[in-house]
Order: sequence, then structure tokens, then C-alpha cells
Amino acid sequence: MSDTQQLNNLVIQVRRDILRMVHAVNSGHPGGSLGCTEFFVALYQNIMDRKPGFNMDGIGEDLFFLSNGHISPVFYSVLARSGYFPVSELATFRKINTRLQGHPTTHEGLPGVRIASGSLGQGMSVAIGAAQAKKLNGDQHLVYSLHGDGELQEGQNWEAIMYASAKKVDNLISTIDLNGKQIDGTTDEVLCMGSIRAKFEAFDWDVVEIEKGNDIEAIIAGMTDAKTRTGKGKPVCVLLHTEMGNGVDYMMYSHAWHGKAPNDAQLEAALAQNYCETEKDY
Amino acid sequence: MTKYENTGSKDTRSGYGAGMTQLGQTNENVVALCADLIGSLKLDDFKKNHPERFFQIGIAEANMIGIAAGLTIGGKIPFTGTFANFSTGRVYDQIRQSVAYSDKNVKICASHAGLTLGEDGATHQILEDIGLMKMLPGMTVINTCDYNQTKAATLAIADHHGPVYLRFGRPVVPNFTPENGKFEIGKAVLLNEGSDVTIIATGHLVWEALVAAEALEVKGISAEVINIHTIKPLDEEAILASLAKTKCVVTAEEHNILGGLGESVARVLSLNHPCPQEFVAVQDSFGESGTPEQLMEKYKLNNQAIVAAVERVMKRK
Repeated sequence: MSDTQQLNNLVIQVRRDILRMVHAVNSGHPGGSLGCTEFFVALYQNIMDRKPGFNMDGIGEDLFFLSNGHISPVFYSVLARSGYFPVSELATFRKINTRLQGHPTTHEGLPGVRIASGSLGQGMSVAIGAAQAKKLNGDQHLVYSLHGDGELQEGQNWEAIMYASAKKVDNLISTIDLNGKQIDGTTDEVLCMGSIRAKFEAFDWDVVEIEKGNDIEAIIAGMTDAKTRTGKGKPVCVLLHTEMGNGVDYMMYSHAWHGKAPNDAQLEAALAQNYCETEKDY
Repeated sequence: MTKYENTGSKDTRSGYGAGMTQLGQTNENVVALCADLIGSLKLDDFKKNHPERFFQIGIAEANMIGIAAGLTIGGKIPFTGTFANFSTGRVYDQIRQSVAYSDKNVKICASHAGLTLGEDGATHQILEDIGLMKMLPGMTVINTCDYNQTKAATLAIADHHGPVYLRFGRPVVPNFTPENGKFEIGKAVLLNEGSDVTIIATGHLVWEALVAAEALEVKGISAEVINIHTIKPLDEEAILASLAKTKCVVTAEEHNILGGLGESVARVLSLNHPCPQEFVAVQDSFGESGTPEQLMEKYKLNNQAIVAAVERVMKRK
């Protein structure tokens, strides 16, 4: 799928899934999920070279690792709508006996998930390991990962960032969701990280910036650019500027909806803002 | 009693190194990771012979565990190597989420465990690692007793699918188990048959248990000695079979009394066959600097301590 209108229709559908999933269980993380919806749709429908079906080893295809596992709603919705498991299973999100745990896990055998995440800061190391396994296997495919900006406050990231450039892990594209927000407020208020670009560059990564991180075409252009930079001796970092809660007016421009579900009236309002002709809710 | 000969004292970590050297030749999926401790973990040969399969991570153990988890995706069998403290306590959450909960086939190989690390002192002498690791669902926990067994265990865990914690040590200790002996994960080794008391030991305390059994024989006490190299899954059948006969037990380990082998044995007994038990273990304290021998004496982890524990438990029968 590459037609922009089709992708944007899918974005609307994924937003609806996210909102309905968190509403149904009155828990979960809609803010970051909505902020990264366009990214996930672009990644799975356009950017990544994927094989049909799911094999844990992922040999001969691109791999993706979600490090900030709390945005599981967008991950699950896009996985389901990309064919990894039935869309109807989204209705089980966070419910007893579900494969769609609050945070993603391999433990319940959900196709599409290759590592558990939720405790922050671990995903880049895992992505590096998978990228190095690809090199050992002579597999030319790429490894993608996504991390929150607040998540960079976890020290393990900087071990990984240092390692990836030192060892020339140049088949890795790590994207940072730069929404500037975390649970207790803005990232600047909680723990100002200064220039994340300057930090990655100081650690000798090649940095690509996507200013319009909620625009499908801009994301595809930026990620395509990132792909062209792989294989040149440096890991690639994508700084994705997003708006938390994107697509739902009362959730945007605030950190309040990081981990809060909408009530009935709020859901109705949010869904009304996200309607398209092709809508097929689970 | 059955006599065991020390065929030449060696450090258990060299058994790990020898095992890795062999695996390098026999299993192309095995990769080795190290956090700036190549010499300590005896990985020089593996690194020299298979540079493409050796990953020097630097002093960044959390990153090492994550990279190991990632390497499994693509079919590699990663063996991580550093000191026991940095293999477990420092990286508990990484092991918990990225390895154990994620069902990754990572072998966490830990040297310098326990008091016998010696002069470096308590910062490096982890005495809680068995407890930390055995609490993780799906984690296999192994503590080997000598060079030969450590080498055999290193080879065996490569063929076992699932996360493993392999614990060994720094000092030179008697080497007495068979060379190229078969290592069966989860299978206790009956070293000496006896009828009055069972001594269940792991790691460096196994040799001490044999020495203690000889001293007990002189005193007219017949001690059964069991080497439990696999603390999880525990060979409950072997333990219960022995206790059905002797009806009292001493457990011996270079670990805190809380969370170690002794507690695992106590659980099995309380559920199946309650009987008196004495614990040779560190009494909920940190270690300190000293020679291994001095520390094992001060913290009562040697053959004399086992003999004393046997005498105590016999009175409680």
C-alpha cells in the first residue's frame, strides 16, 4: 500500500482502534500511540520490507523493535491491520487471557512481537543485537527501532548509542519520538536533555530529522532518506517531531493523555473527529 | 566411602573458557559477549579463533544483556560473560524483561561468584545471585563444582533451548569430576552413598562436602553426598530418595542462606517429607576482603562447618 490517501485512511482507522481499545478497558496509553500512528502506518505499509506471516528469527526481512512499549495500542492495531493476527483480537487488549498484554510481549506468542518491552531503555540494545545477527547471517535487511524522547533518560540507551557507532552497526535505524512530553510534564521540565540531535551526532550517529512527524508523506520521505544512509559505517538516528495525542483535539498539546483513557462522551467526540468512508472498526 | 582424586587443581572459570573454545569449533551459532573481562573469563582463545563471533561490549553490562537478547533473533546462541555481580544484580531488569520474559535463548555465564572472589571484597562478592536468578520464571540455574564440570556444563547449555544462568568462580580448586563427563541439566549427582545424613552441596562446597564425609566416616557417621549442580530445575526425586533413607540433611553453598539452594531443598522437603535441615551458607551478610580460605573459614563455609552442621542435624533426628 503506498497511495497517500489509502495510508491516511488507515491512519484514521488506527486512531479509532487506539481510542476504542483504551476506552474499553479504561486504561492504556493513547497519547503517545496517537502521536506515532502515522509513523507506524508508514513503517509497516511502505518503509519496511516484510515477509508474509511471522517468523521470530526474521531472516530475509526487515525487523522492528518497539522500545517504548507503553504505546502498545498503536503497535497492536498496525500489526493486526498489517495481517499479523486477526483485527478482531484488538477487542481483547489488556483483558484477562489476552495475547495483547498491557505492554507487548513474546510470552503469549503474539505474531509480530519479537521482544518484551515496557520497562524503558532496553530496546536499542536488543535492536543492535538483532542487527549484528543479521550481519553474521549475511542478511542485508535492516533493523528499525522506536524510542520515546523521555525514554532517553534511561542510561542503558547511552551505552547502546555509544556501542552502535563504535561497532559500526550501520544496518540500524533508530527513531526517537520527539513529542517533548513525559508523565510528569514536558521533557524540558522533568529533565531537560538539551539538543538530542547534538548528542547523537556527538556519539557519531548519522541523524535525519523529520520535522512533520505526523505527515505520512514527510515520514516516508524522511525514512527513505534514512534508508539511503545505512551501510555507510554509521548507525542512523531519525528524530521524529510528533504531537502527542495527534488527531484528537482535546488530547493534543498536553501530556495529560499519556496514560489516561477517554470516557464515553470523550470517545464519541474523538471518533467523530476521526471518521472516513473506509472505516471498518473491529 | 567412594574416593575422589584431585587430578590437579584448576579454576572453574578456566573450565568455562575451555568449553567456549570447544563450542567455537563445534557450534557455529555460538557467539560470545564480554564486558571488558576477556582474561578473567578465559575467552582469549574464542576471541582469537572466532573474532567475528566475539563481541567486546565494553563496561556496559545492561547493553550486553540486551544485545545478547537481540542476537538470538536470527538464531545465534549468545553466551554473556562477566563477574557474577555484574551478570545478575546489576542487570536484573534487563534479564527479567529482555531475556526471561521474552523467552530468549541467552546463556548468562558468571565468574567470580561468592566469597572466594577474595580480596576485592563485598562490592564484587555477590551472595544473592542464585536467589535472583532462580526466581525468574523459565530460568535454568547451574552452579558447577570444578573445572571438568564447568566445561561440561558450558557445552551442555548450548544444546539446551532457553535462558540459563551458569555460575562459577575465581579460585583454583580441586578438579575431581570425570574429564569429559556427561552433564545432565537438572540431574543430581550422587557422589557418595550413606545412611545417616545427606549432604547436598553445590559449587565450591561440593569438594568440601566430600572432605567432610571422610571426616564423618572416621567418627562413625555415614554421610550421603549429593552434588546439586542444577539448582533450578531441582532434582526433587533424587533429594527425596536420599532423605527417605537418611531422614536429615545439611545443605552447603557459597551463597546467602536466603534465596539459595538450601531454601529450595527446604521447600521440597516441607511439601513432601519434612525432616531436620541445617544450612551451611552465609548468614544474611555481605562479604569482605581476605583470601578465599580465610573467608570460607570466617563465614563457616568449609568442611569443618559441614561436619559441625551434620552433628547438629543428627541430634535433631
